[in-house]
Amino acid sequence: MASHKQKNVLPGFNLSLGYTLLYLSLIVLIPLAAAFIKTTEFTLAEFWHVVTTPRVIASYKLTFGAAFLAAVINAFFGLLTAWVLTRYTFPGKKLVDALVDLPFALPTAVAGIALTAVYSANGWLGSILEPNGIKVAFTPLGVVVALTFIGLPFVVRTVQPVLEDLEAETEEAAASLGANRWQTFRRVILPALWPALLTGFALAFARAIGEYGSVIFIAGNMPMVSEITPLIIITKLEQYDYTGATAVAVVMLVISFLLLLSINGLQWWSSRRNSVSR
Amino acid sequence: MSIRKILAISLLTFAGLAHADTTLLNVSYDVTREFYKDFNPAFSKFWKQKTGEAVTINQSHGGSSKQARAVADGLQADIISMNQSNDIDILFERGKLIPADWQKRLPNASSPTTSTTVFLVRKGNPKQIKDWDDLVKPGVGVVIPNPKTSGNGRYSYLAAWGAVIKKGGDETKARNFVAKLFKNVPVLDTGGRGATTTFVQRGIGDVLLTFENEVFLIKKELGNDQFDVVYPSASILAENPIALVDKVVDKRKSRAVAQAYLEFHYSEEGQEIAARHYLRPRSSAVLAAHKADFKNIELFTVDELFGGWQKAQKTHFADGGVFDQIYTN
Repeated sequence: MASHKQKNVLPGFNLSLGYTLLYLSLIVLIPLAAAFIKTTEFTLAEFWHVVTTPRVIASYKLTFGAAFLAAVINAFFGLLTAWVLTRYTFPGKKLVDALVDLPFALPTAVAGIALTAVYSANGWLGSILEPNGIKVAFTPLGVVVALTFIGLPFVVRTVQPVLEDLEAETEEAAASLGANRWQTFRRVILPALWPALLTGFALAFARAIGEYGSVIFIAGNMPMVSEITPLIIITKLEQYDYTGATAVAVVMLVISFLLLLSINGLQWWSSRRNSVSR
Repeated sequence: MSIRKILAISLLTFAGLAHADTTLLNVSYDVTREFYKDFNPAFSKFWKQKTGEAVTINQSHGGSSKQARAVADGLQADIISMNQSNDIDILFERGKLIPADWQKRLPNASSPTTSTTVFLVRKGNPKQIKDWDDLVKPGVGVVIPNPKTSGNGRYSYLAAWGAVIKKGGDETKARNFVAKLFKNVPVLDTGGRGATTTFVQRGIGDVLLTFENEVFLIKKELGNDQFDVVYPSASILAENPIALVDKVVDKRKSRAVAQAYLEFHYSEEGQEIAARHYLRPRSSAVLAAHKADFKNIELFTVDELFGGWQKAQKTHFADGGVFDQIYTN
């Protein structure tokens, strides 16, 4: 450790690390540890029974499935939005740029109510979609729409700075060396964007998994069909079943953590591969 | 307005607040907001006249179980007012904030007002919904809040169940009826107000099941020309219990005024305010004066048909209970 210490240019490594650990402990680790400890009130069999009842299983599928789908949609359209915002100038660009952050600022309940109003059978979009057989509000599709909404800023805001730093000259160089547009995108732009895109995807995904406020309004909350896991947790709390609620929460935590860890691994792997191939 | 003026006013206001040293916190559920807005000033006036002491009542509203949990977890509420007794029982079970027999401390099992579950249908009642049996017909959309998360939804569920029993049906028949009923429910909102929005604003469903007082609020807010109220032949008596939180009032030395506040619910004036908000009063004199607002139908209680809230909760709404079985089997 001593040799490490001398290599630091800035002093205060111990202090800042201590502060970081304290901060993380107070805000993240201690509350989460409390959740894990609470579940020890169950025996393993009880725990397993609570977290694997059919309704809970159905809710995991919906929550993780819809969150994944929403994050994929956001990765695609977020990249497109970031591209448009960095590469082109057009009137009202600043306004569009500001609009992107709105889902952050808006209380999620407001988002949920607004989306439901628009997509229900008598809403602006719902009145067009439903006669054509596309039901959005009060179906799992509605859950995806709400999660896409709240996750939108993440990809845009992580990709945008990287795109801004990416010099147009590299693309011109690729073109002058005979690469077509697709090759330029695939071989030059995408590798540079990949880590940021993955980060944005992971953030949007994580945010969507935990989302409650906006979803409950548009989901319809039918057991086995459109009930998200956070609602199951709230439902258990309503019955004063604290241990059961924490058990489901712990399962969510573990799955989320593993998923995020593997996304981080993917990122590490892709950046390594890129640096090798260069 | 000059800065000095603003300063002077805010200082005065502050002094005024500091002077009114008696405050009560009433932690309540969602839809009593309008009622307590009228009730609290009336009590303050009454208390001032009686003792010369100024009292301010602060209100907190939210989903009932969430509110009860906050008090159980340490929110310093002098008063708790809920729409089902097991949300107050929890204060005894967790932390012994009140005695187990709290319901015996005031008349009518500590419930000064009641309500009942009724039907709200669209104008002219196009689907001809008259009674419980009409709700399970094919093609009828019924909006009920989620019984797992909403007291309102639990009352609607138990009302449907009890109506079958009252007609001489047995448990199996009641269960089949309720299962069929929930097949007609397109959306399960987490709270009563959410269900109201779904029915009223989104135009979903043909009938909304909710409390009588909520129905009249909807009609008052939206005018009388969009919806009709339908009273079923029999329904549930929803009792709204109140209690003072012993541990808190003893600590804050507010027991006397808290007790007076609870008793004021039973006074002629308190009952009159409740009736104006379409909560059924216990006082027969006040009820008689508002006879036109409260249709006389057969009402049954949770104690009578379900052996009390604790038992009803366990049998029907707990995980793996009858409500869950309806959806998973």
